[in-house]
Amino acid sequence: MLALLWLTPALPLLGFVILFATAGRLPASAVAAVGVGSVGLSAVIALIITASFLTTPPEGDFYRQVLWRWIAIGSFNPEVAFRLDPLSLVMMLVITFVGFLIHLYSSEFMAGDEGYSRFFASMNLFVAAMLILVLADDLLLLYAGWEGVGLCSYLLIGFWYRDPANGAAARKAFIVTRIGDTAMVVGLILLFTRLGTLAIPELMERAPQAWPAGSATATAAAALLLGGALGKSAQIPLQTWLPDAMAGPTPVSALIHAATMVTAGVYLIARTHVLFELAPAIQLAVAAIGAATLLLAAFSALNQHDFKRILAYSTISQIGYMFLALGAGAWTAAIFHFMTHAFFKALLFLAAGAVMMCIGDEHDIFRMGGLWRRLPLAFASFLIGAASLAALPLVTAGFYSKDMILWGAWTSGRGGPALWAAGLIGALVTAIYIFRAVFVVFFGEMQIAARSRYGWRIAVPLGVLSVLALGGGFVETPAALGHVEAFSRLLEAVLPTQREVAAAPATQATVMAIASFAALAGVFIAYLVYLRRVRAATILDTSAVQRLHRFWLAGWGFDWLYDRVLVRPFLWFAQLNRDDAVDAVYDGVAFSSRVSHAYLSRTQTGRVRWYAGWLVAGSLAAIAIAVFA
Amino acid sequence: MMLASLIIIPALGAILAWRSERLHPDAPRWIALGALAAALAVTVAVWMHGQDGPWLAETNWSWIPQLGIAFRLGLDGLSLLLILLTLALGILAVAASWTEIAERTGLFHLTLLLTLAGVVGVFLALDLFLFFFFWELMLVPMYFIIAVWGHEERIGAAIKFFIFTQGSGLLMLIAILAIALVHLQATGRLTFDYFELMGMALGPDVSLFIMLGFFVAFAVKLPAFPFHPWLPDAHTQAPTAGSVILAGVLLKTGAYGLLRFVVPLFPDAAMRFAPIAMLLGAIGVLYGAVLAFAQNDVKRLVADSSISHMGFVLLGIFAWNALALKGVVVQMIAHGISTGALFIIVGLLQERIHTRDLRLMGGLSAQLPRLSMIGLFFAIATLGLPGLGNFVGEFLVLLGSFDANPPLTIVAAAGLVAAVIYALTLVQRAFHGELRRSSSAPDLCLREMAVMAVMMILILWLGVRPQPLLDTVSPALLNLQKLDASHAALTEHQP
Repeated sequence: MLALLWLTPALPLLGFVILFATAGRLPASAVAAVGVGSVGLSAVIALIITASFLTTPPEGDFYRQVLWRWIAIGSFNPEVAFRLDPLSLVMMLVITFVGFLIHLYSSEFMAGDEGYSRFFASMNLFVAAMLILVLADDLLLLYAGWEGVGLCSYLLIGFWYRDPANGAAARKAFIVTRIGDTAMVVGLILLFTRLGTLAIPELMERAPQAWPAGSATATAAAALLLGGALGKSAQIPLQTWLPDAMAGPTPVSALIHAATMVTAGVYLIARTHVLFELAPAIQLAVAAIGAATLLLAAFSALNQHDFKRILAYSTISQIGYMFLALGAGAWTAAIFHFMTHAFFKALLFLAAGAVMMCIGDEHDIFRMGGLWRRLPLAFASFLIGAASLAALPLVTAGFYSKDMILWGAWTSGRGGPALWAAGLIGALVTAIYIFRAVFVVFFGEMQIAARSRYGWRIAVPLGVLSVLALGGGFVETPAALGHVEAFSRLLEAVLPTQREVAAAPATQATVMAIASFAALAGVFIAYLVYLRRVRAATILDTSAVQRLHRFWLAGWGFDWLYDRVLVRPFLWFAQLNRDDAVDAVYDGVAFSSRVSHAYLSRTQTGRVRWYAGWLVAGSLAAIAIAVFA
Repeated sequence: MMLASLIIIPALGAILAWRSERLHPDAPRWIALGALAAALAVTVAVWMHGQDGPWLAETNWSWIPQLGIAFRLGLDGLSLLLILLTLALGILAVAASWTEIAERTGLFHLTLLLTLAGVVGVFLALDLFLFFFFWELMLVPMYFIIAVWGHEERIGAAIKFFIFTQGSGLLMLIAILAIALVHLQATGRLTFDYFELMGMALGPDVSLFIMLGFFVAFAVKLPAFPFHPWLPDAHTQAPTAGSVILAGVLLKTGAYGLLRFVVPLFPDAAMRFAPIAMLLGAIGVLYGAVLAFAQNDVKRLVADSSISHMGFVLLGIFAWNALALKGVVVQMIAHGISTGALFIIVGLLQERIHTRDLRLMGGLSAQLPRLSMIGLFFAIATLGLPGLGNFVGEFLVLLGSFDANPPLTIVAAAGLVAAVIYALTLVQRAFHGELRRSSSAPDLCLREMAVMAVMMILILWLGVRPQPLLDTVSPALLNLQKLDASHAALTEHQP
């Protein structure tokens, strides 16, 4: 059954080819059948493969499928080959399933759009590229999927191409991530030059033999790969593209944030964790960047008015948690949080999309309010997603994965308590910002007319994702709460478990209790400030706080800075040199010959006396040279 | 005979096409297609039934024995691929300018086919004098293509093109005569034969100067920074078929010359010069990309992007290892197809909306969805997306060059970002945004779709299965490197 593996990316790819080749000439129902069906079938096959993989694990706990040899030049012979192991299995399942639910939702959400077929073509390609990325056995093929994902994000963010702002957001996404990708390309080249292969298993085998821990080359290679990961996963300093990426249709945001794209960086680091362990400085940088990003984005999320931008910053922040886990060496926790995040973030986006669809595409949360009565399903789904994001204790999936990350940070050797504190503050702010959205959008006074008009294709994904956002975390629970270890045991073959620390179970329980308290406190604060509007909340209106608000609203001024340091100088130089300075040099040659032509032609006066004079002068000069030289 | 026929068929076709215009205005087109298809068939036949070893076929006829000049042709994998590209792009160019060229069709196809015959000759000649003959042969008809059927500023562009290539060609002629004379002094035999001249030992200064003569000629043609200013003018002003042949094929003669002559004939001098050449390559990658970004004329944008792509070629040639050289070959083929396709798209666009000015375009996706979609496809190919041919070329070049010169390779890699910027700017300004100029122009017709489909399949095939192509060119490149190595070994024994 494992031999079906190639079909999981091939089916969405086929869907793309069909939709691209027919170029919008298929009727909408056929488009939906191809677009949704291809990903659905892919999910079914993923399920069959998973069942087969778990019941009869292949030898060595991995399955390798070679499709063809891509390039063969001497020792450089990357293959188009897939590798299924527990890590890619988890990724594949999440991508196909969440991807399928988003596709199903889109078939209704996008109905009537003139680009219906183009939409599904790009969405299918997106899923296919992401599957190639996670299944690739070779870094070059991984990079192919990686770039494919970048392309699809460009196509979908700029899907409504008539508005130039959407095009700008789309280009920003592609260009900013491409900066990271270029670092990654150099990293690939460095790895091949030094280790003689790009096949991931061989690389991970050879790296520790070739390089001692902390060696300069290992550090450089890890840093370059990290560059790629920072771009795709929208971490500081390459995070600026993601908030703007909200220009695309809402299901696109769900797909980018939950199942594909932004988690690629997390996957890459987890996949090449051996390399990062050889470069402790870079691994520490991963943790520090994660911690900084999660805080920075959480504070920005707290200040957004746009419903989708809140969620966008939330994603940056949550990916920051995953980076924190990776940097702390809690590899499994990062992947666990990737999975639960995929569930609740997809749910949040789809629920938000359902809300905005019913209120005439209004994005500003302060123009909403009181919607829970009119849109009960969207409200319930969003509430569940919010609870899971805020990691409300015991009943949500987000609680278990975030707890695992915080515990991993606490017990990690390098700066553990500081990382943990950053995560804890983040947890508090997360609960505040997401429940701010809940209270402002769904409670309080009704401000906008709402008409519930969603059918089963929207309702079913919301329901299924709600269940997953609540129950998806029970596959891994801490020692104090049942001590289920199904998830980490599954991944143990690929990702090293964190070394056991001699911490008393009581410590773990205390740490967990503090985090739970932080989450609940956050909800309570949001309630006081945004629903009860307690008097202390008037402090928010003071000018100092307002200034801070504007700063955080603008994402800490990164866009402002990049605009001045990078974009404007580039534009200035490009405009200045539009007519090509080098050409001016050649024009100068042409000009001077024209001028000298003009002057020399004046000597042709036709007067014999002048000519004779020149003859004499020339002869004298020649004689003088001959005599004196 | 087979090889000579590759030159004779297009040349005969040229004369026939010219004379046939009086029968029917479309007759020259069909004759041109027929002649190119016949030449293509012969090429494929040689490919299939070629002799073993690096040289698939050879011809060596006596021509002017008194001066040591022979009609010597040879076809190896490198020549084969470039000739295939030449003929295929020739066919596509004829098909794509079916409606664009309405006047003097006979004369147009005469000049087009003569250019192609010259190019094929360049890729085959193994006698330096013969090579120079073909080098000049392809130049003159191209001048007329630009000057007669070009756009608004065609005369100036044609003259610029002519002066740049002719001036640098003169340097090459001097270099050819110099190397022949040095050989005459050393051995007492006057010859222009490639293989005989190759084994010769030259002093370091002499070899550097003679090499530079060749280098400048080829660097102008490539074009390498800072010899590029003729290119944007010529490409922009030429008619579509002219631009396709210029970008797709003529630029490759520069790269071919570097590969075939500069490094094998002067390995030591070339290696000493390599850091400078690679620097020019890396600068070209970035400079061309920034230049392309700023243009308002869409055709000029595409033209400038060629400077960037050819920077990779120059970088890879002077890295001179198996990875980089194969990358160079893939890059040349992929650039020929993708940039050729972009020029065709621009031509189709100009036929429909009568402007090349990006400031007047915008939103064409709504009106010309097929054309816009295909334009997007090739813009993406040009920015080097994996799965399409250009990526394979660029990645292999970078991979190989890193061995030779890491810092310059990293500089060139920054071109990957710059490429995204200009390619997406092109897409945005032409196809996206609000529709500026509404007109009733029809979308692509069946003939145009067929041309585009062929090119899309080729570029995809190149990106996904480049191996057959790599295998074809492998013995040829190995042979070039071996010649080079044995020569280097020879010179090492000299005091």
